[in-house]
Amino acid sequence: MKTVLDRWTLWLECRPSWRALMPVICFLAVLLVGALFADALFTERNASNLMRQTVANGLIALGMLVVILTGGIDLSVGAVVALGGVLFAGLADQLGIAPALALAVLAGVVAGVVNGTIISRFNLQPFIVTLATMGVIRGVVYIYTESPISPAHPSFRELGATMVGPVSLGMLIMLACYGCVSFFLNRTTTGRATVAIGGNSEAVRLAGINVQSTVTTAYAISGGLSAFSGAILVSRLGIAQPSLGFAYELDAIAACVIGGAILGGGGGSVIGTLFGVFTLGIINNLLNLLDVKSFYQDIVKGAVIIFAVLLLARSKRP
Amino acid sequence: MSTSSGAEPVGAVPVLAVTGIVKTYGATHALRGVDVMFYAGQVHAIVGENGAGKSTLTRIITGATIAGAGQILMDGKPVNMRAPLDGQRMGIRMVHQHHTLTLNLSVTENILLGRLPRARPGWIDWGAAHLRAAAILDELGYASIGVRRLAHSLTAAQRQIVEVAKAVSVEPRVLIMDEPTAALAHEDIERLFGFVRRLRERGTSIIYISHRLDEIFRIADRVTVLRDGAVTGSLETAATDKASLVRMMVGRPLEDLYPPPRAWRSAKVALSVRGLARDGAFEDVCFDVGEGEIVGMYGLIGSGRTEIARCLYGADRATAGEVNWSGTPHVARSPREALSAGIALLTEDRLGDGLVRGMSICDNATLASLPAVSRCGVLNRTRQRQRAEHQVRALDIRPTDIDRDVATLSGGNQQKVVLAKCLLTKARLLILDEPTHGVDIGAKRDIYQVIAKLVDEGMSVILISSDLPEVIGMSDRVLVMREGRLVGEFGRALATEEALLASASGLSDGRSNKL
Repeated sequence: MKTVLDRWTLWLECRPSWRALMPVICFLAVLLVGALFADALFTERNASNLMRQTVANGLIALGMLVVILTGGIDLSVGAVVALGGVLFAGLADQLGIAPALALAVLAGVVAGVVNGTIISRFNLQPFIVTLATMGVIRGVVYIYTESPISPAHPSFRELGATMVGPVSLGMLIMLACYGCVSFFLNRTTTGRATVAIGGNSEAVRLAGINVQSTVTTAYAISGGLSAFSGAILVSRLGIAQPSLGFAYELDAIAACVIGGAILGGGGGSVIGTLFGVFTLGIINNLLNLLDVKSFYQDIVKGAVIIFAVLLLARSKRP
Repeated sequence: MSTSSGAEPVGAVPVLAVTGIVKTYGATHALRGVDVMFYAGQVHAIVGENGAGKSTLTRIITGATIAGAGQILMDGKPVNMRAPLDGQRMGIRMVHQHHTLTLNLSVTENILLGRLPRARPGWIDWGAAHLRAAAILDELGYASIGVRRLAHSLTAAQRQIVEVAKAVSVEPRVLIMDEPTAALAHEDIERLFGFVRRLRERGTSIIYISHRLDEIFRIADRVTVLRDGAVTGSLETAATDKASLVRMMVGRPLEDLYPPPRAWRSAKVALSVRGLARDGAFEDVCFDVGEGEIVGMYGLIGSGRTEIARCLYGADRATAGEVNWSGTPHVARSPREALSAGIALLTEDRLGDGLVRGMSICDNATLASLPAVSRCGVLNRTRQRQRAEHQVRALDIRPTDIDRDVATLSGGNQQKVVLAKCLLTKARLLILDEPTHGVDIGAKRDIYQVIAKLVDEGMSVILISSDLPEVIGMSDRVLVMREGRLVGEFGRALATEEALLASASGLSDGRSNKL
């Protein structure tokens, strides 16, 4: 029988590391700044806005995390957001909402499979490969449509605009995805292999695990979630621009990094990324509320990311 | 120190002296108060088991690690060693055991890195640079190594020579050599020893680290023995012998380290290899491994041992040859195929390709057997943990907490985790590549006992090792590799250190010793 004291010392011994706590501290710090400088932050209207704006980056960052855990990076996510968005909007009127959504997500998965296959089969650098496919996919999007698509389907806007009580539908879907990916990473063989590859891919190969298919799966997840994110985004906006999702990869990577992920693999968690996404979302929202001009916003965001990385780097043992 | 006597020139001040050096890593005491004095014109050997503290001591002397307590004195004056640059400024240079060459640079650049001669500020005088590098190699007796070649085109032995050239490119006052002969064949060793003697005559103080006791008696004037981070003896080589060195190193007679020799009789052949080859690594390799047999494989670094293991395991592809395993032709095209056929490999570099640092003992131990603890790709956590815990108990892994990150474990326990990973695959042929490299003596004995128990149960083992006593103490039969070829085969009775070393370095033709 364990006494209360024993349990307490047990908890102290396995207390979360600084790296795991950092995202929470960042989140609380940003919340505190918000409370001090912008009363509007906590109004009901702003909160629902914030939730809807956070969903897009939340899904992309989740896929990005899976890729980062393998030691890779996916720069094509912004273009895949556009691909998912225009396909969903373009097909919604002809096929109906559900089939259009399925096809849009499938297109994202295919893009991810292509990325992952090229990277793992030929052992190429993910940075270069996804930089190239980013251009290719954006080109495909513009070939599909040069002008914005605004479908007439009556329930087109439901996915992005519906509220379930105080929470947006998109947010619920996003949280469900976080739960699924967390299960995948912690409880499935492919998920454990994904995490292990980022730590030591040769050890994983020698353990008889198919590294190629595991890496490809990671990029497929990233592609699928990005396309899904694009669909929710156009549903919220009511219109699908081919320029959608430009530079979204930066916010996704930033959210992962603030959330404690290590570029190059070997660290990162789903819950940390969730906090990273919210932290970044609140910063964006706050800067808007304070009426900061958009180029100053970029400067502030860049500074916050450097600050977060510095804090994480200092937490490493000497 | 009571054991030191006579060797130091009377009244002379040592070039380098360390006193009371203490170094701890967490709870591990790497060094507990070490005193040694090194004199000019002397070759001073440091011996000790893996984990005895030799490399920590050299790291402290070169400034790569900062001591927890104690003093370093140069010419009798205390010096403050904070970084490798401090050591270099004082003329302390080191030939590292692990290669430090930049492979995509030329031999010249590697030798003179950071000290390339300048014609004008910012302009490298390449002509002078190549001449300097060639002169240094010539002094070593290796004018044959082209200075314009890229380092990656060199053989393991040539790289080792370039390492030495790099260290002596500035005349050192103290030269530390860490296992300099591990990759060298017999005649190269002779040439290197000639050079070391010339350096000694010029007044350099040489610190020589080697596992090969024969070499120490040939080259060293003095020998200091380390055990568990403390000096157990420091004496003139002329005044001691191998047996007493070994006793000082291991603290007990060597015999009880290995399981008692068993009367193993060849029963069924489990693995049969015929004409196996891989371009550029090894060729025409033929051997058998019996059921329940331990076949030792000995050879210098770069002789092709590791490459054979990787081909049998499917990590690399063989270019020719046949392998028969359990009566059926077997060509493993991937580690996955080898594992499902019942062949497991413990790789020589546990940090490089054995462990996933950042993951727990449990995750690492079960990494190669995940399908066995999952259904439809979903892990059965309870089964996974039970299996890991079982291995932790069986191999006596410390700490016993299976959620601990493997990066926090000692070398010996890390090695046991890698071994646990191999054992959990339910393999019937275990290929062990340097299973006790960098492992303390207690863990070593545990590993030997586990191997002995497994072969009793019918497991076949290929034991690849550079540790001669280990190969001899464990194997039923020893194969010797040299330059990509199998050159000798020795039964238990004929496998002596002298015979294996002679065969591996080309001194004698091992085939004549064949049973």
